[in-house]
Amino acid sequence: MIHERRRVAALMLPPALWLVLLFLAPMVIMAAYSFRAGTFEPERSIFTIEQYQKFLAHTAYHRLLLQSILVAFVVSMLCIVLAYPIAYFLAFRAGSLQYTLLTILIVPAWISYLLRILAWKVILGSSGLLNSFLISAGLIREGSPILLYSRDAVIVALVYVWIPFAALPIYSALQRIDRRLLEAAADLGCAPWEAFFRVTLPLSVPGLVAGFFFVFIPTVGEWVTPTLVGGVSGTMYGNIIQDLFVRANDWPLGAVMSLVMLALVLVQIAVFVRLSPRGLSDLAGA
Amino acid sequence: MRRRDLISPGFLYYALMAAFLYLPIALLIVFSFNDGRTLTFPLKGFTTRWYEQMLGTRELIDALWNSIALGIVSSIVATALGTLAGIGVSRFDFPGKRAFLALASMPLVIPYVVIGVALLLLFKTINPDLQLSLWTVGVGHVVINIPYCMLIVASRLAGFDAHLEEAAMDLGATYWGTLARVTLPIAAPAIVSAFLSSFTTSFDEFAVSFFLIGTESTLPIYLYSQLRFPSRLPLIVALAAVIIVASIILVIFSEALRRVGRPASRTAEA
Repeated sequence: MIHERRRVAALMLPPALWLVLLFLAPMVIMAAYSFRAGTFEPERSIFTIEQYQKFLAHTAYHRLLLQSILVAFVVSMLCIVLAYPIAYFLAFRAGSLQYTLLTILIVPAWISYLLRILAWKVILGSSGLLNSFLISAGLIREGSPILLYSRDAVIVALVYVWIPFAALPIYSALQRIDRRLLEAAADLGCAPWEAFFRVTLPLSVPGLVAGFFFVFIPTVGEWVTPTLVGGVSGTMYGNIIQDLFVRANDWPLGAVMSLVMLALVLVQIAVFVRLSPRGLSDLAGA
Repeated sequence: MRRRDLISPGFLYYALMAAFLYLPIALLIVFSFNDGRTLTFPLKGFTTRWYEQMLGTRELIDALWNSIALGIVSSIVATALGTLAGIGVSRFDFPGKRAFLALASMPLVIPYVVIGVALLLLFKTINPDLQLSLWTVGVGHVVINIPYCMLIVASRLAGFDAHLEEAAMDLGATYWGTLARVTLPIAAPAIVSAFLSSFTTSFDEFAVSFFLIGTESTLPIYLYSQLRFPSRLPLIVALAAVIIVASIILVIFSEALRRVGRPASRTAEA
């Protein structure tokens, strides 16, 4: 027993210490910062709830938070809806090729996210590929570019980035479905589409939920994509956090806004764990 | 899959989505050889001058070496810590295991902007005059990568019976001897794969690095800083093409490694 405890300690202490000191402690310090009056001396040591009041008074911040939630929601819904048929095809129709086809789908997801967003910046830019193509094809007139630097451009780019990640949990949920259930449905006189809506779809809901959160959680905190393709109308909540830390140097207010974001994500995870039979391990993709 | 299925609606949809995923990347690669200052249709002619210019850009080469060094060092640390955790959680039950798993899953689900600013606050609280550097970025990359490394190693070990280790100890090996001569060799492909996936993540990482970087640049930071100058765009696109091709090769290699020597039932399932 003593031996086993020593082994566990030797294995677990280094990673646990790293995570506690360099992941958990920073979150606690962030919480402490949120009660400060200012970033630099001498306001540092003052304890105040002024930053929270500032946040509550700033309706523009609330609007951006809602906008971020909305963008993340739309992106996540589009991702799972677009990914579902891919996952279905791979799980039920692709037979022995499914692993190869799945890998083909996943490879782009491993390419630098910044570069994939850059690709969309190049495609959507004012003299970009899409618009220069549409102009030379005579489909739109010069000077009226579409999808440029807007919220829609952010949505398109984010859907592009996240589709493979949404497809994975849906695919593994579909794979877990016992095929005999579908045979039974057919034997009992169920038409294929009926079997889909009454057997396959309900059984794949955990995968859909996982896919949704898989996309929603990172998307709601986005700031890089809006910076690159969003323009003014595409600004998201993460952009304000970034701005408060880098340009405005208002760290206490930035800490409050980060904590709001953190709370939002933690609430979602609580909901997710409730909705999902396998809990966090679904989200971790394990 | 039979030939008939290749023209099924399911396959056509799959092919369409695959095209959607690859087209933007392919366009970047095509345009990296385009002999024009702007990225517009029609294509102007073939050139490799952007690549030559790229090799002649000092800051870019520096950023590349920084990224490689950062990737190697941070991935070694993340892989070592993730491997320890992966072995611990897959081979032992201990008090606090659930709490540890919850903590170790958190970096997977917390927006990177929050992880980045929280670490910035930690460093500035420890020492307000602390110079941010590649080291501080590396700390952030290790935090992001520990969960992935742990999961990759744990899922590999879950496929192997713990009796293998028990047998070794029954035959007189010490626990640490068994770890070195049984557990680690079993986990080896996953460990390499964990290292490669950490390296790829670190090499590409931007959102956390941005808050923790000092005066040096990593490749993504350099790339981002150059986006302000439209005249630099062709150069950036050439750089992007190189990174894309390199990461595709790395990913395929790492995926192949994860399949090496798995027990038969698992391979079939995958």
